[in-house]
Amino acid sequence: MTASSLRLIWVYPDLLSTYGDQGNVLVVERRARQRGLAVERVDVRSDQPIPTTGDIYLIGGGEDRPQRLAAERLRRDGGLTKAAESGAIIFSVCAGYQILGREFINDLGEREAGLGLLDVISVRGTGARCVGDVLADVDDALGLPQLTGFENHQGVTQLGPGVRPFARVHFGNGNGTGDGTEGAWRDTVFGTYMHGPVMARNPQIADLLLRLHLDVPSLPPVDDRWYDALRAERIAAATQTV
Amino acid sequence: MSESTPLSARARLAVTAGKAAAAVSRAAGRGSGSVIGGRVALKFDPELLSRLAGHLDVVLISATNGKTTTTRLVAEALRAGGEVVSNALGANMPAGITSALSAGANARFAALEVDEKYLIAVAQDVNPKAIALLNLSRDQLDRAAETRMMAEHWREGLQGTKATVIANADDPLIVWAASSCPNVVWVAAGQAWKDDAWSCPSCGGVLQRPDDTTWRCAECGFGRPTPTWVLTGDSVLDPHGSTWPIHLQLPGRANKANATSAAAVAATFGIAPQVALQRMQSVAAVAGRYDVVQYEGRDIRLLLAKNPAGWLETFSLIDPPPAPVILGVNARGADGTDTSWLWDVDYTRLTGHPIAVIGDRRLDLAVRLEVAGQNFQVFDTAAEAIRNSPPGRIEAIANYTAFQDLRRVVGN
Ligand SMILES: [Zn+2]
Repeated sequence: MTASSLRLIWVYPDLLSTYGDQGNVLVVERRARQRGLAVERVDVRSDQPIPTTGDIYLIGGGEDRPQRLAAERLRRDGGLTKAAESGAIIFSVCAGYQILGREFINDLGEREAGLGLLDVISVRGTGARCVGDVLADVDDALGLPQLTGFENHQGVTQLGPGVRPFARVHFGNGNGTGDGTEGAWRDTVFGTYMHGPVMARNPQIADLLLRLHLDVPSLPPVDDRWYDALRAERIAAATQTV
Repeated sequence: MSESTPLSARARLAVTAGKAAAAVSRAAGRGSGSVIGGRVALKFDPELLSRLAGHLDVVLISATNGKTTTTRLVAEALRAGGEVVSNALGANMPAGITSALSAGANARFAALEVDEKYLIAVAQDVNPKAIALLNLSRDQLDRAAETRMMAEHWREGLQGTKATVIANADDPLIVWAASSCPNVVWVAAGQAWKDDAWSCPSCGGVLQRPDDTTWRCAECGFGRPTPTWVLTGDSVLDPHGSTWPIHLQLPGRANKANATSAAAVAATFGIAPQVALQRMQSVAAVAGRYDVVQYEGRDIRLLLAKNPAGWLETFSLIDPPPAPVILGVNARGADGTDTSWLWDVDYTRLTGHPIAVIGDRRLDLAVRLEVAGQNFQVFDTAAEAIRNSPPGRIEAIANYTAFQDLRRVVGN
């Protein structure tokens, strides 16, 4: 692929698209086209092989049983791991984030192996489900503005030494560990609990992925009026509800 | 059905207490009072529901979408055979159902809409003659159980039921829920929304959909049963092979599907489809839905759409472009507080319509429409949005509390 094109892979929409996860795909696609990239979007159903030659892979959230099915099929397929080894950009949300980790607790209450692309381990929280607006500061190394998201999960994710927290929360729970961390990342692999979908509220994340893909420090600006208005509203809402 | 047994003193007291509470609630301006009345009555007598239903031929109707409308259509059809009691305004949990039934001392039939979560409990209490299962899809992401879990809950609860189950053969989750029942009438009512039923509910395999109607799991063979009632375009094909035209005032494919299911329900109560369908024609609006209201020189059609499947069906019934469209979205308790479902709705279907956006979460919708490349304007109030739309007909689509807000503004 040349740098003026983008091969965007949406992993398993049949299993992992419960919380508007298509939104992240649409935002990346839209903002890539606005910058003149030719976008080839590939939606890969869970009975199809994952292409190993994608540029950006998005993987979303889902319920407990589909999450187990997705993990089984991704392990068997091996394509996402191959793509990661060759430096693909991968952005994952909620159940998808847990699957990229070393292991998580499946719907049967058993430990299920993930893909090990992120050094994290997830368990089921014992407290109330985390539902609501979140406000967080993204890791300085990523150079992104404040993160606003909506969380809706019961997972607790512990980070190992091989990853950094994606963000630190001011309001909300994030990884649910009580230490204020939210999500995890290393190199070009990212995980977050943030829905919303997260890129609708933080289009700068979509732009980060595009910059990584194009290997450029910045992108031409696009009209962010409505994104900015939504961000301001949700940031205010998060601070008011606590 | 059975001869009517007189209510016990306890049950009568419970009904009276419920009516008193409802009157107080109405006087205090808190709406119709049907829910509070039912709640008080149930507290006095927890077995009231089964007692009140004892003399009635009951049908329960549940679904994610269309249950209020279908209940109304069924009630109209059953009136051909006798008096009907129904929770016509959509109070569909045990308290609201109790309240509805307490008005049914002289009725022969009860047509009851039931919230998905309460279907099994209510079915155990009221010993229904029929249960209609229309569809299951994602709704209220912040608190609803996974749709498959709901199907599983129904499946376990309905196993061995004596009721005739009228079930949509085109919704794999409904088929899974109903296929443990001994007596099922399969209806081909369609299901435009497919994104909650790609996984086989039985084994988790990927469902194959080689054409518009067929679906089948390649791994375990679970697939579409052969329906005996079929919606074909504008008519209903009944089990005897006769075709009956549907003439509804209610618009859209989804309501034709509701009418088909309602005709199948009516038939289990001995009402012929031609009679049932003719009676359904009298329904013009259901709890404000589909009403056309004059306001500021415009004719505003009020359309309720609460979840992606509902929005999809609604887009298919509105007037073609350039009919102006008003979209309203809230995320209050009754709507569910998670708005991410907006991204499951294909707003490119509105291309060519001028769009006005209102509601508490108008900015979420604005970003959604921007990404969908739509032509839209955002307004702070419904009145402003209406005044800025061209005169003539406006299609107003809103989710639950946004719909109620809109009805208040336009005086419906
Ligand atoms: Zn199967």
